[in-house]
Amino acid sequence: MKTHWQILVVDDEEVMCESLAAWLREDGYTVDTASSGREGVEKARQRDYAIYFVDLKMPGGMDGIETMMQVRKLHPEASIIIITAYATVDTAITAMKEGAQEYIVKPCNPEEISLLVNRIIKVKNLQRENTILRKKLSRQYVVGDVISKNAKMGDILKLCHEIAGLRSTVLIEGESGTGKEMIARVIHHSGDRAAKPFVAVSCAALAETLLESELFGHEKGSFTGASERKQGKFEMADGGTIFLDEIGDISPKLQVDLLRVLQERSFYRVGGSEEVRVDARVVAATHVNLQQAVAEGKFREDLFYRLNVIEIRIPPLRDRREDIPLLAHHFLERLAHEMGKDITEISEGGLKVLMDYNWPGNVRELENAVERALVTSRGQVLTEEDFSFLAANGAARTWTAPAGMTLQDMEKLLIAATLERTNGNIKESASVLGIDRSTLYEKIKRYEIPR
Amino acid sequence: MNYLYVGATPEVERQAYGAVRDRVESEFGLAVREMELPAVDFAYDRERGQYGSIAMLEMLARICPPDAVKLLAVTERDLYIPVLTFVFGQAQLSGRIAVISLARLRQEFYGLAPNREVFLERASKEALHEMGHTFGLVHCGNRNCAMSLSTNVRQIDSKRCEFCAPCGARLRRGARE
Repeated sequence: MKTHWQILVVDDEEVMCESLAAWLREDGYTVDTASSGREGVEKARQRDYAIYFVDLKMPGGMDGIETMMQVRKLHPEASIIIITAYATVDTAITAMKEGAQEYIVKPCNPEEISLLVNRIIKVKNLQRENTILRKKLSRQYVVGDVISKNAKMGDILKLCHEIAGLRSTVLIEGESGTGKEMIARVIHHSGDRAAKPFVAVSCAALAETLLESELFGHEKGSFTGASERKQGKFEMADGGTIFLDEIGDISPKLQVDLLRVLQERSFYRVGGSEEVRVDARVVAATHVNLQQAVAEGKFREDLFYRLNVIEIRIPPLRDRREDIPLLAHHFLERLAHEMGKDITEISEGGLKVLMDYNWPGNVRELENAVERALVTSRGQVLTEEDFSFLAANGAARTWTAPAGMTLQDMEKLLIAATLERTNGNIKESASVLGIDRSTLYEKIKRYEIPR
Repeated sequence: MNYLYVGATPEVERQAYGAVRDRVESEFGLAVREMELPAVDFAYDRERGQYGSIAMLEMLARICPPDAVKLLAVTERDLYIPVLTFVFGQAQLSGRIAVISLARLRQEFYGLAPNREVFLERASKEALHEMGHTFGLVHCGNRNCAMSLSTNVRQIDSKRCEFCAPCGARLRRGARE
């Protein structure tokens, strides 16, 4: 894992600078050089290096100690090694006092430098791993952790920030794998509930009775196996946020119970008679179109409106392809580190495969694809060959005409799908469909397509 | 036709030169040509009593024949770069030029009884190592691989006189490009 780390060598003697740089490059590090303290500080301003080798005696008004102090102002955690030909106890003490990590006297034994560099890099690797693990453990996402340069995603993040302090329920719609839970966590962690619990429940995973006791808890003896009184997720989320994933899958009975919680802010435990009051913000998510479920009578209309106070629609990955390279590199960096693989790049051909793929499984599928490519890759760069399994998937998923469909059925479906994709924008839909606006209006009316 | 040149400075012991030449030829599968190199007194540093490997590489770059894919020089002189007390050898990373020094590879250097076998083995390993750098390889974490970093002879002795599988694959890829 060396190529991640960059080293800066600062020395006014070119031969000294270049020979140390060349020696470190043979060890696999990326090495920059600077011929004066000023140039060194300038380079440090542009990027943080893992290790700085700084010569003590340099002309031009900025010696090694001064250079080190300037670098440390920019990067307080910088590892700086002072090099000198004149070993005196005094300068060594000054250098260490000002924060040099080490002090070497040139010429230096190669073994000594090698051990020194390895020791520092080992610590850097551990620090980095620690940061990643800590983040994973607490799963604390802030707005900055959502990776996107898509305008729609930008609007969503802005909205998340604006509504973070409110108590209104939020309904997040998006295909599976688009990051609905991540957005819910962003809302939770951006507001004043951040210090309180964030409790996630997948409504699809549990049977009706189980889900009921899971959400609202139960009293001792309320059903076979209920040997203890148990707190429900709503109670656990008191003061914080409860995230109800796959809300479209809950049964009619639970829909009623949920509606009551949303209206009254209170509920009864299963088998209990004591009213429990909670202050939990509800963020619900669905991958099915709830409005359609309402129209089909599968989902209560009153509950839908209670949930849909603030609506967030996450666009699928294929509609924000500009994010694919960003996300792919993000996953590459994290996964390569976790797997201990020294791969930092995706080739142009590899990126093209990723850009061309349709991503039915969205960001989660992209993450899995990068992981799979990393496992099987033998090179230092992920290439189109490493992603060839996507082509096989893509071919299997190409569209086939459903049996027994008329041209009119097709037209209706296509228009409805296009309208949904453009958020009901007539002008944009007409342009995508290649017809003019009046024709589109006419067809919407004829097919009775809801907008 | 392109050749892999292996050259020696005048003072180099011929048996060691031959061993390095043969090992390099069998490893890289390229036609090898021998080359007599001039003495390197110009690189001598009186204060240190050693020879600068950078000056040596510069000289080699000047005299490197046009039909040379790579040029590996063998010298008896003890080499250094300014920041280090010594180097066993040096190479242009992904370049054409490399040099190895036999000075610190003999048991006698450390006050021990001579051992031909050990000495020749060390010379071959260092030759593969520096040649590997010219093919773009960097140090390998595998302690058995010829590309692992050796800063003393114990480390040279503990590695094998061959490349590990990943370094070998990278080398073949590098050689094709």
